[in-house]
Amino acid sequence: MVNYPTGATGATEPAHAADNTTDTAAAVTAHSLTAVRGERTVLRGLDFTVPAGRITGLLGPSGCGKTTLMRAIVGTQAKVGGTLQVLGRPAGDPDLRSRIGYVTQDPSVYDDLTVRQNLDYFAAVLYPGRAHRHDRRTAVDRAITDVDLTSHADALAGRLSGGQRSRVSLAVALLGTPELLVLDEPTVGLDPVLRRDLWNLFHQIAADRGTTLLVSSHVMDEAERCHRLLLMREGEILAEDTPEALRHRNDTATVEEAFLHLVDAAAARAAHPGTGHAPEEPRS
Amino acid sequence: MNSARTLATAARVLRQLRHDPRSIALMLLVPCLMLFLLRYVFDGSPGTFDNIGASLLGIFPLITMFLVTSIATLRERTSGTLERLLAMPLGKGDLIAGYALAFGLLAVIQSALATGLAVWFLGLDVIGSPWLLLLVALLDALLGTALGLFVSAFAASEFQAVQFMPAVIFPQLLLCGLFTPRDRMAPALEAISDVLPMSYAVDGMNEVLRHPEITGDFVRDALVVAGCAVLVLALGAATLRRRTA
Repeated sequence: MVNYPTGATGATEPAHAADNTTDTAAAVTAHSLTAVRGERTVLRGLDFTVPAGRITGLLGPSGCGKTTLMRAIVGTQAKVGGTLQVLGRPAGDPDLRSRIGYVTQDPSVYDDLTVRQNLDYFAAVLYPGRAHRHDRRTAVDRAITDVDLTSHADALAGRLSGGQRSRVSLAVALLGTPELLVLDEPTVGLDPVLRRDLWNLFHQIAADRGTTLLVSSHVMDEAERCHRLLLMREGEILAEDTPEALRHRNDTATVEEAFLHLVDAAAARAAHPGTGHAPEEPRS
Repeated sequence: MNSARTLATAARVLRQLRHDPRSIALMLLVPCLMLFLLRYVFDGSPGTFDNIGASLLGIFPLITMFLVTSIATLRERTSGTLERLLAMPLGKGDLIAGYALAFGLLAVIQSALATGLAVWFLGLDVIGSPWLLLLVALLDALLGTALGLFVSAFAASEFQAVQFMPAVIFPQLLLCGLFTPRDRMAPALEAISDVLPMSYAVDGMNEVLRHPEITGDFVRDALVVAGCAVLVLALGAATLRRRTA
């Protein structure tokens, strides 16, 4: 079912990604990954890798299985088949719980606590006990600064705007300096300035802290901000490469066009097995 | 289990409540108001007030904690914070013990207020120690917390969670011996009441009401209520799944 030419080996790494070839270790490796929800097979035998220390974008339309894939990596998804290694351990291993930060699509914070009280509690779960009081304080202060909510630290989370609440949720995930950050549509519904700021933060986290980021989005224009992309559709990975390589290989100007090209090619292959050519007109 | 995480969870639950003073006021004052009402409803028959008043001291904490816990844990499930916590290094036992601790503390305050009011101001005639009344009330509160936690797993919305109150609590209320002694019910109903925990809560209260010392029956009643609370808490823990569909 793997119908993309270059895989994890990344034979067509472009110049800007090649300057970091020392970071070739994979943070996440999947082989024939499947997931079933109810009667429906949501993930259909995926093979992919997420390189360590880079930002990998998981792009695809709503309902294509992005969230299920992320939940499988975090270890909260039931009925997962195939192999899935995360930071050298099988996904869901108890050892991983303090090493992964996960931000769900809807902000998961306590609306009846202030921003700081939310972070204080989650920090106490990560660093319990009196001995870590100082670490907790430092981690909470840094997380609040990271997401630029210092002026709202003592406001109830429920009184904040949608974008501010999702930043509180992000701050919680940043608390433990996780090795892997899994962010489910973190920029949806945010204004362009905030979106740019958040992407700058993601890049800063990857560069300064060596964190691996897996960021999902259904907005294709965010693709250009990632080091690497996983293009997903209907429970399958359409392509796995750098944005430059995807554009170049499909001879398109944007990743969105490349995506459409790949979808059409896959549809054509499904309709006429054996013929390699795809219709040229883009889908409406 | 990690005691620091348990305490942090209890502190967090109490902190959430502190932002909601109206709920606290309702939880603490409504039982007192009911007892006050009851005292003057039975103005002419103080014996009846003794019986029903003592039983109610055991029933109020159970009902209040059931409601509060089922809604609070349901909110934890629907807001995604439960999934987040279970993806973090938090034990299920830490979470449940944290809730039980926080609501247990609240139940102690509620029971102390209600018991104090009934015994010292409304003339509830208790032969045994008021401390034993408080102990049973606390065990009842734990049972309520446990039941609330358990049913919240089967409620998809707060609307459904509230509907579980009549389903789970009312049958026990009817059969616990509050309205008529259990041995005078139809034999089938008496048999059912023998396996419902609230019956033992009310029996325990009545033992304290009538006997100056700790009786064997009181110990049995207290142990049954405590055992049920632990059993249901364990069942509640089993409904917390790290991996969900």
